[in-house]
Parts: sequence; C-alpha cells; structure tokens
Amino acid sequence: MKWRLIKDKLFKYSVILFAFAVFIPLALILFDLVSKGIGAINLEFFTKLPKPPGEEGGGILNAIAGTFILISLATLMAVPFGIMTGIFIVDFKKSKTAKFASFSVNLLQGIPSIVLGIIAYIWVVLPTGKFSALSGAVALAIMMLPIIIKSTEETLKMIPDYLKEASYSLGAGYTRTLFKVVLPAALPSIASGVLISISRIAGETAPLLFTAFGNPFLNLNALKPVDSMPLVIFKYAMSPYDDWHRIAWGASFVLILFILVMNLLTKFYFSKKRVKL
Amino acid sequence: MKDRVLEVKDFSAGFGDKTVVKNVSMEIYKNRVTSIMGPSGCGKTTFIRCMNRLHELNEQAFHKGEILLDGENIFKKNPIEVRKKIGMVFQRPNPFPTMSIYDNVIAGYTLNGIKLSKEEKDKIVEDSLKKAYLWEEVKDSLHRRGTFLSGGQQQRLCIARALAVKPEIILLDEATSALDPKATAKIEELIVDLKQYVTIVMVTHNISQAARVSDYIAFLYLGELVEYDKADTILTTPKDERTEEYLTGKFS
Repeated sequence: MKWRLIKDKLFKYSVILFAFAVFIPLALILFDLVSKGIGAINLEFFTKLPKPPGEEGGGILNAIAGTFILISLATLMAVPFGIMTGIFIVDFKKSKTAKFASFSVNLLQGIPSIVLGIIAYIWVVLPTGKFSALSGAVALAIMMLPIIIKSTEETLKMIPDYLKEASYSLGAGYTRTLFKVVLPAALPSIASGVLISISRIAGETAPLLFTAFGNPFLNLNALKPVDSMPLVIFKYAMSPYDDWHRIAWGASFVLILFILVMNLLTKFYFSKKRVKL
Repeated sequence: MKDRVLEVKDFSAGFGDKTVVKNVSMEIYKNRVTSIMGPSGCGKTTFIRCMNRLHELNEQAFHKGEILLDGENIFKKNPIEVRKKIGMVFQRPNPFPTMSIYDNVIAGYTLNGIKLSKEEKDKIVEDSLKKAYLWEEVKDSLHRRGTFLSGGQQQRLCIARALAVKPEIILLDEATSALDPKATAKIEELIVDLKQYVTIVMVTHNISQAARVSDYIAFLYLGELVEYDKADTILTTPKDERTEEYLTGKFS
C-alpha cells in the first residue's frame, strides 16, 4: 500500500526534475547571451556602420536596417497570400484544390530553409541578375506562408456558424460576411499568427546567404543586397577578430530581444484583444 | 380580414436522402403570430429555415415544392432579396461580437453596403431598439459591445437587428429556449406587441408559450403537417388524435 504512494511521489519528482533539466540549458544560453552581448550594446552599435578589422567600435546599422526591410517585405508578401489561402482551405474544404492546398502547406513546412534560399535564387536572383533584399524577402515569405495559413485556418474554424448565419439572415452575401463579420472576429488571432511567423523568420540565416547576400554599407534599396542580423552573426562569429566576436554577441542579444518582444506582444496584447464569442 | 403573406405549396425538404419536411401546404397570415409546434426532430427548424433560404447553406440540403412570398416563389428570387424581407432570430443569441450595440442594430444596412446619414442611422437605431423593448436599458451604452449584455438583452438586440431592415416577416427559431423564465416572459410580451409591425412565424416546443402568444398554430409530426388552425381551436378542440396526445403530454 505504501509502495504505491512512494511510486506516486517518485514520478511527481522526476517530472519536476526533467522539466528543470530542460530549463538549465535554456537559462545558460540566455545568461551567455546577456552577459556577453550586453557589453557590445551602446548607442554607436545601433547608429554606426561596421568598421574594418583592427579599428575599434562600429555598429550594425546596416544589418538592423536590412533585417527591417527583409521582414517588412516578406510580411507584405506573405500576409495576403497566407490569409487568402487559409480562407480558401476552410471555406471550400470539400473541393479537391483545397485538400491539395492543405496537403501542400504541410509539405512546405518541412522544406529546409536553405532549399527555399536556392528557390528564391532561381526565381529572383537569376532573372534580375543581382542579389537583392527582394530575393531574400521572397525566401522568407515562403517560410512564413505555412505558419500564417495554419493559424488562419485554425482561427476560422473556431468562428461559430451561428455568426455567419446571423449575417446571411440579414441578406449579406459571402464576401461581406467574410470581411465584416468573420475576419474582424478572427483578426486578433490571425495577427498573432503573423507575429509568430515573423519571430520564426527573424533569425533565419541560410535562405539569405545567396539572396540578400549581405552588405557592409547602409542600403535601403530593395533591389540591392542588404545585410541582416543573422548574416552579421554568421560572418562575425566566424572571423578571427575579437572585436568582431563582440559585435556578433551584441547582434545575437538584440535579435533575441526582438523575438522576445514579438512573443510577449503576441501573448499579452493580442490575447487581451481576442474577441469573446 | 385574412391577408396571406406566405403560401407554402406541397413543400418537402431534407438532407441527403433523408426527407425531414414532407408535403407541407399552409398559409401564413399578415400581422399574425403563427407557431409551428411539434416534438423534437419533427422538422420544424428545417421548415422555418427554408422560409428564408438558410436551409440551402447546408451542402446536403434539398427541397421540393414552392413557398410564395406575396405571390412570388422565393426559390426563383435572389436569396439576398428573400432574406431582406424575411428576417430571422436564432435559438442562441448571436449579436456580432466585434460590433457595438448601435452597429449591431444597423448591421443589416452596413452588411449590404447601404450608406445612411447619421440622422437616419440614429433614428433607425432608436426606433428598432424601442420596438424591441431594449431602448431604455441601453440608450446610455449604445457604443459598448453587444456581447456585454445579458442573454435576454442580447436576444432582444437580435430582434432589433432583424426589425431594423423593416422585413415583412420575422422568423423566430426557438428564440427563448436558451433564456431564463423572466427574459422569456419579456420576449413573449414583445412578440405579441410586434405583430402590429410584422408577421411572425415562430418555432417552439413549449406548448404554453405557443398558447400565450400565437394566433395560429401548426402541429408538425414526423415532418408532416398534422393540423393547422386558429390557436384556440387547436388547443381546445384538436381534430387529430396525435395533436391531442401531444398537447396532453403523451409524447414530446
């Protein structure tokens, strides 16, 4: 009789132990990032361009601006396609095309990001003849698509039929019901799906290697190469210079901070705005 | 004087290979309350959902026969036109959760892309809410979300929303079954009052409710229209045995 209670306790404590074991590496990573990264952070870090090796100081303004351009372009491309596809899959679920689309989305999710980089290279870099922010954004947008489509799909499935019926019973057609009743109710959840997809791609390096390519100068032109935070980390961490390592740590810290803010925003702001049904 | 608004002719409907409403023929009279009553699963909700063509939203749905609105077959018209003339209030209160009380009431206009001036909108909102007995309770919080109201208030908001587009008929699909007795009483009182503006067709499985509010009662059993007559006649001297058994509670 006692043995059962002991087993019970044993199991409970092992669950806590395992959970704690997972937490330790996470805490160590964060500790490393903060302790090594925070030293690199100052005003110059955000406002200056990188300096050649051997010279002290310098910043990563080029990478911050580049990441901003890449994320904005990718979001602009992925959001309309993603939401429309999600709507299509839910509202025409009986059609063969929708089933095929749903299957493709699952497949797309499994494609390694480097392959998407090659695809963007073939689609954009080769025809235009140059590396560009646009080509990088195309690769990132393809990565965002499955996440946005899935979250739109899940959200729309949650919108109860009785709301749509209320709209139809007032004489509204499909389009107006979609835009004035269904989408407004789904918007906060869809928006948090978009934020999650942004934080997923913010750290992507591989698809940018032969698309956005990197650029040590400040460039705001989408048709020219740009740098990005993960590219800077990749390049600087591989270099033999201590000062560059320091900058790589700083960039990692800023990147993780950005992703953290995105996550917190999703968690607190949008969950509060979620429509009560 | 009996004025027909809706005429159902040899009408059947169902899902897939299952016929739920069988060869029903009846007339609905203007500015009267007509109750469709019967045990659960007798096809009353399916029947009423055919009247504003919501039934056909289900992919398996089918129907046969005609329903004439002012002499015109509704199945030959655009469903949007039909639904503007025949409004509906559902079993579960369903105000639009993203809209304020005010916007909910005029939703019938905004959802159809009809632009109104501020004065027109104000007037429609006030009128409709007054008719739905809700004005006094919400006049100071018109711009709050409709979902903050109690269940009974939400249902009256849905009635106001249906009234706002000035329909000829309002269909009530067990509109009180999700409400407490007090809210139910208020809505019953409202139904009787509303017939001066609209014709009301309601589905209910509550016999005493049908007795309190209806002018006419139709008794549906297993999809067939067993009996249809003035409420008093049905309730006091039913002609069919099945009606009598239902009314006396032998089955439900």
